[in-house]
Order: sequence, then structure tokens, then C-alpha cells
Amino acid sequence: MKRGGFLSWVLWFGYAFLYVPIVLLVTYSFNESRLVTVWSGFSTKWYAELLTNEPLLEATALSLRVAAVSATLSVILGTCAGMAMARFGRFRGRTLFGGMITAPLVMPEVITGLSLLLLFVAMEQVVGWPDGRGVTTITIAHTTFTLAYVAVVIQSRLAGMDSSLEEAAMDLGARPAKVFFVITLPIIAPALVAGWLLAFTLSLDDVVIASFVSGPGSTTLPMMIFSSVKFGISPQINALATLMILVVATGIFIASVVMARQDRQRKRDEQMAIQGG
Amino acid sequence: MSALVSALSRVGLWGRGVVVAMPYLWLLLFFLVPFLIVFGISFSESIVAQPPYAPLIAWLRDEDAGTTKLQVLLNLTNYLRLTGDDLYILAYLNSVRIALVTTLLCLLIGYPMAYAIARAEPSRRGPLMMLVILPFWTSFLIRIYAWIGILKGNGVISNLLESLGLTSGPVEILYSDWAVYIGMTYCYLPFMVLPLYSTLEKLDPTLLEAAADLGCRPFKSFLTVTLPLSLPGIVAGSLLVFIPAVGEFVTPELLGGPDTLMIGRVLWNEFFSNRDWPVASGVAIALLLLLVVPIMYFQHVQGREEEGR
Repeated sequence: MKRGGFLSWVLWFGYAFLYVPIVLLVTYSFNESRLVTVWSGFSTKWYAELLTNEPLLEATALSLRVAAVSATLSVILGTCAGMAMARFGRFRGRTLFGGMITAPLVMPEVITGLSLLLLFVAMEQVVGWPDGRGVTTITIAHTTFTLAYVAVVIQSRLAGMDSSLEEAAMDLGARPAKVFFVITLPIIAPALVAGWLLAFTLSLDDVVIASFVSGPGSTTLPMMIFSSVKFGISPQINALATLMILVVATGIFIASVVMARQDRQRKRDEQMAIQGG
Repeated sequence: MSALVSALSRVGLWGRGVVVAMPYLWLLLFFLVPFLIVFGISFSESIVAQPPYAPLIAWLRDEDAGTTKLQVLLNLTNYLRLTGDDLYILAYLNSVRIALVTTLLCLLIGYPMAYAIARAEPSRRGPLMMLVILPFWTSFLIRIYAWIGILKGNGVISNLLESLGLTSGPVEILYSDWAVYIGMTYCYLPFMVLPLYSTLEKLDPTLLEAAADLGCRPFKSFLTVTLPLSLPGIVAGSLLVFIPAVGEFVTPELLGGPDTLMIGRVLWNEFFSNRDWPVASGVAIALLLLLVVPIMYFQHVQGREEEGR
């Protein structure tokens, strides 16, 4: 009994540690005072100010574009990588490949950022591309570091999936490409969605790598938040943070509802298949 | 017929080749080659030019003899500077210390949490884990920002302590090592809980029952059964926290004081403030050398888990 008490106390403490800062952040975004931590009355004026902040809106649009493109690219490449790791058995260079997939997960961002910048500079000298740094280089950099996360998500989904369906289709004469698109892809679709969302949020979150590989005129939202936070806290940032949390929470809520519904549907189908058979 | 089959399987193989080649080439070009370039430039010399480093390889044309010589210049001064200047050594030691304390704090908070979740009703485990992962989806930068308002003088903690009458003036925790520990523990906690939970959840409860039947006290059975069996989770979680924490930049920059030197910050300043790309590359290589053992170990652990599945 005493142990149970201790454990639930630990859980409460852990969740409080995780959520109190976020709750406070959201609360103070509705504070009238410019002094963020002194409550003086309810106000939504900081949200109104946000909407007229032109550079901030531009940075937001840029970040969303980069995040969407790099997440899509990294889902395509990450699915290939996950397939290769989970389904292709041993192939030449598999060890190096596996290393290149897991290493970015723990690589310090400063190293990734610096090394990619030096690559882009060297490439520009040698082949003349990319011409300067900007949206393209940020997108490539983000694809590279989010690719690893997507590959790991897809690979673990494939490893946990029953491969007998694929084998059955293959036995019935379906070509590998057809098996992939008709059987494998629909089954791993939730993992693709999860991977895309993960890549999107990671890209939207990155300040270090983007700072290295961005050029003049391509300031992303996190870069802008970072430079303004260095000068201290402002209620406008609180309001912006609240909106970002709201967007993420909505996205995750929708994704989990859709996945739960698909899961139920699948279970129903399986039930019917068993009863029918 | 057999010709058709072999033709198709060749197409299949070819398709397989494309599937592997796309991510492979991408990673080679944008992950592996950049490291080689960093390695090369770390031997270069800083010059005032665009880009600001001297080329390593040059073709020297000797007009008199009519010959061309290939000159390769390897400059070791960057590395001598790294080992000779106290600033860099201090930054390395500091980074390791801060990362170790962060890992320990994550373990102290994360282990009981993971344990409690793994012991909860099966139907409640999913939502409880979801609650741990959810903050990870909100921006890292914003979570660090949230702590500034809490830790600063006249911030939430300071005001709370003052209104309770525990302190007489504002308390500033911000801009200190402790602020960095708190911020980093906060951000990395999900990385610790996740692998811990997945090992603790798989733990067979009958082992504990057997220990209890044989007269083992709960605390002792925790020490002799649960803890050793959860070791893989502890190792994986600790590596997932420790490795990125060593190279962390944003948290010490925003929460730490000017004397909270970490190697990520030194690299950033060499690059952006001093515009000394060769020294920044040298710092990056040295940081990689520091992390290569834990990274290899992490890959080994990952690989073993993969084979276990």
C-alpha cells in the first residue's frame, strides 16, 4: 500500500514537472501586463499584435513550407530506408547504411549544422550548386536529419508487422512493387502518418541547423523566436507559443482519432474474416 | 516462361536496388561526405576570404621548369590550440559534467515514472505513456522559453517563495548551471522514460511473485530482480539523453550564465562570432571523438535489440 502511494506520488510529480511550465506559459499569454510573470488582468491583445507582425508571419509561412516539403521528402526516403533495413535481409553496405540511419538520431545539432554548411559551401565552389543558401539548403538539411527518425519509425512498424500477407501475395504472383503498394503501404499507413508528423514537428522546431545553413532573407520561425528570446521574454512569444501548442495538439488529436478508428475498422474486418472463414 | 520469371525477378532486383540506393546516396552525400569535409577543413588555416579557410590542396605551377606540383597542406595548429587552451578543455569537462548530471536527474525522475506506468492497469498504460510523449511534440525552444519565466528573478518560483515568506527578495535561478540542469532534464525526460518503460513493461511479474514467495522483501526483490532486468532500458535511455546533451547548444545559451561553458556553445561562437571555420571544425571533430564510443555503443545496443525482435 505504501509502495502504491509512493508510485502514484511519483507519477503526479512527474506529470506536474512536464505540464506546469506549459500551463503557465499558456496562462500568461492572456496577461494584460507586459511583465510576463505578473498577472494584471485578462487580455487577448498580444494575439492581435501577433497578427500584425509582418516579419513573424513571413517567417511562419517559410517554416511551414520547409517543414511540409522536408517531411514529405523524408517520408519517401525514410520508407525506402525502413523497407531496406526490415525486409531486404543482408545486402552490401548494410552496416554502414544502418549506422548512417541511427547516428543522426543522437548527433549533436551543432555538428550536423556545421558539416552540412561546409558541404554546401564546398559544393557551390565545385559544381556551382546550391547557389547561395536559403530555403533549398534548409529543406535538404531538415530532410537529412528527420529522415533518420522516419526510417526508425517505419522500420519498427515493418518489423512488428506480420509478413505472411506479403508472402501470400507474392506466392499468388503479385510483383514486388504491387505487393508494396497494395498490401504493405496500407498496413503501414499509420506509421507513415506518424513519421510525417514527427518530421514536420522536428523541422518546425529546429533552430541550430537552420541557423547554420540559412542565408540572408531566409529566417525561419524558430530562428526568429530564438533571437527575440535572447533579449528576454515577451507576452507576444507566449501568445505565439500557445498558438503553436494548439496547432500541434489539434494535429495529434485528429491523427490519434483517425488511427483509432482505422484500428477498430481493421479489428472488425479481421473478426468478419474469421467468422466468414 | 522461365525467361519471363527471370526477367521479372531482375526487375524486382532492380527495383530493390533503387529502393536502397535513394536513401543510401542521400545519406552518403548529406551525412557522411560532410563529416569528411569537416575533418579536412579542421586541418586548414583561417584566412580572410570567402569562404574563410585556406584550401588544403593546391596545384603549384613552376614556370621555369614547366612542371606542376601537387601541394597538400595539413595544418595542426587548430588541434594544438584545442589542447593548449584551457577554455576548450574546460568546455569539454563542463559539457560532460552537465550531460552526466542531466542523465542522472532524468534517471531519478524517469525510472520511478516508467516503473509506475508499467505497473498501472494495462488499459491505463497507453494514455499515461501518451502524456509523457506529448510534450515532446511541442517545440523544444518553447519549452525552454517556458522555464525562463519560471526561473528568473521575479519569476514564478521567486514570487512563490517570496509570498510564502521564505525569501525576502527576488531569487534568480536563471543563468546558472542549475537552470541548465532543470531545462535539459525537462527536455530529455521522455527519451529516458520511453526505453525504460518498454523494458519494464516486458518484465515477467511472476518472477517478482516467485521472489516474494521465497521470502524476498519487495525492496530487495526490486534490487535483485527488477533493476538488473531493466538494465538494457537504463543503458538505452541514458545514451539517448547523454549523447545529445553533451553537444547541446540552445539550453545553455538561453538558461545558462555566461560562465556555463559547453562545447556546443564554443563551436557556435567560433563559427558565428569569430568566423573561424577551421577551429570550429576542429572543435566538431574533437566533440565527435568524445562521442564516438557512446555512439558506437548506442548502435550496438540498437542492433542487438533489432536482432532480438
